[in-house]
Amino acid sequence: MVDHSSAAPHAHQFDDIQQQHEADSLGMWVFLTTEILFFGALFLSYGIYRHAYPEAFAAASHFMDVILGGINTAVLLGSSLTVVLAVHAAQHGERKRLVMFLIFTIILGLAFLSIKGVEYSHKFAEHLVPGVDFQYKGPQPGHAEIYFILYFVMTGIHALHLLIGVGIMTVLAFRASKNRFGPDYFAPIEVSGLYWHFVDIVWIFLYPMLYLIHVYH
Amino acid sequence: MNTEQTVDYLNAGYGPKSWLLTTDHKRIAILYLISITFFFFVGGFFALIMRLELLTPQADVVSAHTYNELFSMHGITMIFFFLVPSIPAVLGNFLVPLMIGARDLAFPRLNLLSWYLYIFGGIFTLVAMLTGGIDTGWTFYTPFSSAYSTTNVIPVVTGIFILGFSSILTGLNFIVTIHKMRAPGLTWFRLPLFIWAQYATSVIIVLATPVLAITLALLGVERIFRVGIFDPALGGDPLLFQHLFWFYSHPAVYIMVLPSMGVVSELVTCFSRKRIFGYYFMAGAIMAIAALGFLVWGHHMFVSGQSVYAGMVFSALSYFVAVPSAVKVFNWTATLYKGNISFHTPLLYAFGFIGLFTIGGLTGLFLAALAVDVHVTDTYFVVAHFHYIMVGGAVMGYLGGIHYWWPKITGRMYNEGWAKFSALILFVGFNLTFFPQFILGYLGMPRRYHVYPPEFQVLNVLSTAGATILGVGYLIPFTYLIWSLRKGKQAGPNPWNATGLEWKTPSPPPPHNFDKVPIVTEGAYAYPPILTTEGTHGGS
Repeated sequence: MVDHSSAAPHAHQFDDIQQQHEADSLGMWVFLTTEILFFGALFLSYGIYRHAYPEAFAAASHFMDVILGGINTAVLLGSSLTVVLAVHAAQHGERKRLVMFLIFTIILGLAFLSIKGVEYSHKFAEHLVPGVDFQYKGPQPGHAEIYFILYFVMTGIHALHLLIGVGIMTVLAFRASKNRFGPDYFAPIEVSGLYWHFVDIVWIFLYPMLYLIHVYH
Repeated sequence: MNTEQTVDYLNAGYGPKSWLLTTDHKRIAILYLISITFFFFVGGFFALIMRLELLTPQADVVSAHTYNELFSMHGITMIFFFLVPSIPAVLGNFLVPLMIGARDLAFPRLNLLSWYLYIFGGIFTLVAMLTGGIDTGWTFYTPFSSAYSTTNVIPVVTGIFILGFSSILTGLNFIVTIHKMRAPGLTWFRLPLFIWAQYATSVIIVLATPVLAITLALLGVERIFRVGIFDPALGGDPLLFQHLFWFYSHPAVYIMVLPSMGVVSELVTCFSRKRIFGYYFMAGAIMAIAALGFLVWGHHMFVSGQSVYAGMVFSALSYFVAVPSAVKVFNWTATLYKGNISFHTPLLYAFGFIGLFTIGGLTGLFLAALAVDVHVTDTYFVVAHFHYIMVGGAVMGYLGGIHYWWPKITGRMYNEGWAKFSALILFVGFNLTFFPQFILGYLGMPRRYHVYPPEFQVLNVLSTAGATILGVGYLIPFTYLIWSLRKGKQAGPNPWNATGLEWKTPSPPPPHNFDKVPIVTEGAYAYPPILTTEGTHGGS
């Protein structure tokens, strides 16, 4: 075997750690492409029904909690910052900072999920859950029901992604505390960060599309 | 040379654990081969009962409801559990690292996870279908599937949802491997066309499958919560379901047939001892088919009530797909021209593919024509057309590939006489099964009914007779291939004298594939020039 300058160990199928890093990174980008198409079908469905029933959608979005949604947007944007700082810490071999930023990220992720849970419980209290308990007082309740089912499916799948992200960050924080990462080997932090940013960006689209359309109308 | 038995991937470890926890791409390919063969025979069994029922005009074997379940189970099993994974998961898994000179795929554990998702999704779906039935067809059209069907719709789509992740992970693995792990000197335009085909297929899988996943999830939500996403009675749009479904399922046709085109390119060059005619156009045509395949889904919806203008655009775009497809057929033919042809079994399958794919493709043009399509929509013409592509194309290519690389995979040769005989049987059986269906469809026999007017009986009897021959034809290779594992001749590293890195390593290959990373200095298919006798017109 050719001797490579990098001392970091690499998986047997790769020539060196550089090749492994590039493969990991490309793998995540391809996965995110899949995710874009996955959410894309939902955004398409939303677009079609909003185009078909604009008044019903605008009226139904009045029932969204703009304040809690806004706080959640800030929480997620903050978590994207802590993820970037975690990647930076990993690249510079700063173990303590890395673990700290990963834990911040986990806390912010859990905060988002908790606030989302509060919002969901409000919807149950207001009888706005399609298929379970739906008593809508506004105009065109049938069309508003489509709005609400899309709201639950889109934010629900988004929350599921975030939950998976929290799980990944927890594993990474545990491994980081055992000093598994350093300037030679930080691809897991970096590609998990990409995933986290993607989940964040999805929310950046979901928030105005679901919470703010009545402002525009 | 040491005299002890050399270590290859098959004898590197024994016992179930060494197989079920393996991360070796070659062993995972074998796991897929066994499980895919199982699903193929299950799906074939459903088809045989249907053909038995259609032997006579009246109902005598099964009821209308059972018949609905049979064609649904046949379609679901064959498409999702055989055709979509077939060549990529078996031959692709085995050959992609070997052909590009890599030690394994980029993500070996992910590869094993793909197989577990496949087998779990497959068994889950099969149990769901056999216990509660499924009568929606493989297309799950709403609102029938979401509001009216009383069968196991939710469990079946859950199984397919799981299976989708298996496909996506395999596609992702191939894309990264082909991008990042080619041997030194192996540039993109030195890649075998099989690799180009796997690459294009993987791109389609990665882009299209998630759309199917979310569509089936929405269907599940509508069915469980009785809300109107696709149900027009509740304000939903059933055409949206069809658009989303075919956005996956038309490209899925190319997921099934492009890998076969890759296989056929390998077979034609090897057995005519020639470079492929027009390599760049062949690689480009593969990518063009993959790209155009995403723009034509609406031709499944000409009579569903979509806009007439959309129909016209989809019709025109569908014609465009014929161009790269025809480039491929012409170039295979041109490769054979003045070649030094030897009629081994794999080449017979390649010939089968080229002929049957051409018929399937040309009848596809009939269906892409708006006016003709109205006449033959939902008739046996459509059934015959896509079986010429799926069975005549995809399965012929798959079997050709299995025969070609069997010596590499197992280290043994199969019985050439039996193999040629069964290739012939399959060709005859296939045409006898499906050619009459073109005529039946043109005469107006609708698909998906268990009874039919008596005047259609003669052609149906022919079709059922063909299906019986076809069924026997599939059992023969199954038998002699297993037989060859013990009794076959030792193959040696390169029994066909083929080019390509996979033939430069022992058969079966060692666990790490290559003792030394190969360095590539020439393009694919670098066969020596064929010497022609002076004064004659080519040939040798």
